[in-house]
Amino acid sequence: MVLDRLRRGGGGKDPKKIPDGLWVKCPGCTKTVFKRLVEERLDTCPECGHHFTMTAERRVEALMDAGSWKEIDHGLTSSDPLGFVDSKAYPARIAQSQAKTGMKDAVITGHGTMNGIKSHLGVMDFRFNGGSMGSVVGEKLTRVIEAATATKQPVVIVSSSGGARMQEGVISLMQMTKTSAALARHSEANLPYISVLTNPTMAGVMASFASLGDVIIAEPKALIGFTGARVIKNTIKQELPEGFQTSEFCMEHGQVDLIVPRQEMKSELSRILRYLAPQAVG
Amino acid sequence: MSNPFDFMDHLLELESKIEELQNLSGQTGLDMSEEVRSLRDKLQSETRRTFDGLNAWQRVQLSRHPLRPQTSDYIDHMVEDFVPLAGDRAFAEDYAIICGLGRIEDIPCMIIGQQKGKDVHERRRCNFGSPHPEGYRKAMLKMRVAEKFHLPIVTLINTPGAYPGIGAEERGQSIAIAENIRDMAALRTPVVSVVIGEGGSGGALGIGVGDRILILENSYYSVISPEGCAAILWKDGSKAPDAAERLRLTAQALHELGIADEVVQEPAGGAHRQGELMSRQLGAVVARHLRELLAMSEAELRDARYAKYRAIGQWQE
Ligand SMILES: [Zn+2]
Repeated sequence: MVLDRLRRGGGGKDPKKIPDGLWVKCPGCTKTVFKRLVEERLDTCPECGHHFTMTAERRVEALMDAGSWKEIDHGLTSSDPLGFVDSKAYPARIAQSQAKTGMKDAVITGHGTMNGIKSHLGVMDFRFNGGSMGSVVGEKLTRVIEAATATKQPVVIVSSSGGARMQEGVISLMQMTKTSAALARHSEANLPYISVLTNPTMAGVMASFASLGDVIIAEPKALIGFTGARVIKNTIKQELPEGFQTSEFCMEHGQVDLIVPRQEMKSELSRILRYLAPQAVG
Repeated sequence: MSNPFDFMDHLLELESKIEELQNLSGQTGLDMSEEVRSLRDKLQSETRRTFDGLNAWQRVQLSRHPLRPQTSDYIDHMVEDFVPLAGDRAFAEDYAIICGLGRIEDIPCMIIGQQKGKDVHERRRCNFGSPHPEGYRKAMLKMRVAEKFHLPIVTLINTPGAYPGIGAEERGQSIAIAENIRDMAALRTPVVSVVIGEGGSGGALGIGVGDRILILENSYYSVISPEGCAAILWKDGSKAPDAAERLRLTAQALHELGIADEVVQEPAGGAHRQGELMSRQLGAVVARHLRELLAMSEAELRDARYAKYRAIGQWQE
């Protein structure tokens, strides 16, 4: 019953007051759970299955075969095309996100094998400026799609984003076109693209590459949609239905193929890719 | 914020003075032509000075002017022999997007344009220019027809954004826009897109992937509305004028950023003052671009379109 005690955590103490961060409070069931158990379950709650935000780095580890991963285009960093300043200058905002995450921008791209299947992969990280898509995200995703097309491999993109990056203005908007145009070419070559939607995938990202998968998979209970709920509520001045814009809502309305829990994601992806990309099976 | 167009008040005053003088001249038989001419000159130079000096927010106001020409006006004055084509064949007719066949300077084409509505009834029916998924899907169906019969496509953009509502989300607003973007990028026929009023983010882009992007002088195109941007950044929608400036969303800024291929001049005092003249001017510009694009082979066209969007973005590496 050591496990039980670990699960119950520090006797109801506020986890924030535990300096070594052994426990974490689950927003799903509000229980205090042992952090290592959460991590072992790929950042999901051992009690209720809640999916915590996952870093891009851990996501890559969870999806690609050990030792097979080769990151590409690591060095791309944002410039400041508009000279945008709000409460902070945009470059300072970027520097802050970089310091917080250790990433250069909101996506990691590369290639490797997934249960032996040669595949290209892009993974977004919500911690970096809300996973927003500016020039760097748009360019890196376009390059990884193009690389997949050139090598006749499938591409998988795991999205997690509030949408286009406001601080790069209309240039961000045009990244929706750039990535979607690359996917059109990939599709014309009869090569598969699987889109994985994680919490949250909204607005300009959902209205571009995230919606264009030959197969679209959502993690359970992710927030998925175009317009944010608050804006909709203010516009139509009525209450939104229970579970509005969740993965389950999208499934009910015919917008996703599958809802797959994180721990089964790698095996589901590779099961599908064996059908769609037999040539990539090593 | 009583009158969003107060920056034009002094021009209207001058105009009414000219009219007054003309009336006086008519009533009294006095020759006032000298005075009228000099006032007209003054009006002209004042109009130019005022419009050259407009800030981003003032141009956003003009782009939303209730009398600004809409798709239906351009169809009336820029397009001949228009045949309206309705329906997404799946859910409903969306009046926020008008589609149809027509000729622009004798070039047969498919016209697809967002419509805000001219009176209370039409505005409500059009949801003030905010399309639903069925509108985007209708647009793509008609673009497929154009592609099949080798007709070029002209899209007229004028939306505050795609409709934010429950039904729109249920029917896949994101998916409809995303599929349009992808499919327009790969079309085998020329596309000229013109921002005639508001270019509201994804809702605009859903019919906006052109070989050429043209923008009217007092239109804007932005990743987010100035109000939305201000609400997010400063939790204060009234800072929208400030946000408009920082977003670099004016026609001129878009041209400088390399997004807009051409800024289309509006008649003196703005497009809403002389809608027919605006239509004729735009028709000539659109026809010029269509002729250039129609001279290209399908492969050239598609490669150039890919390259156009492929090149957008700024980063360091
Ligand atoms: Zn839990």
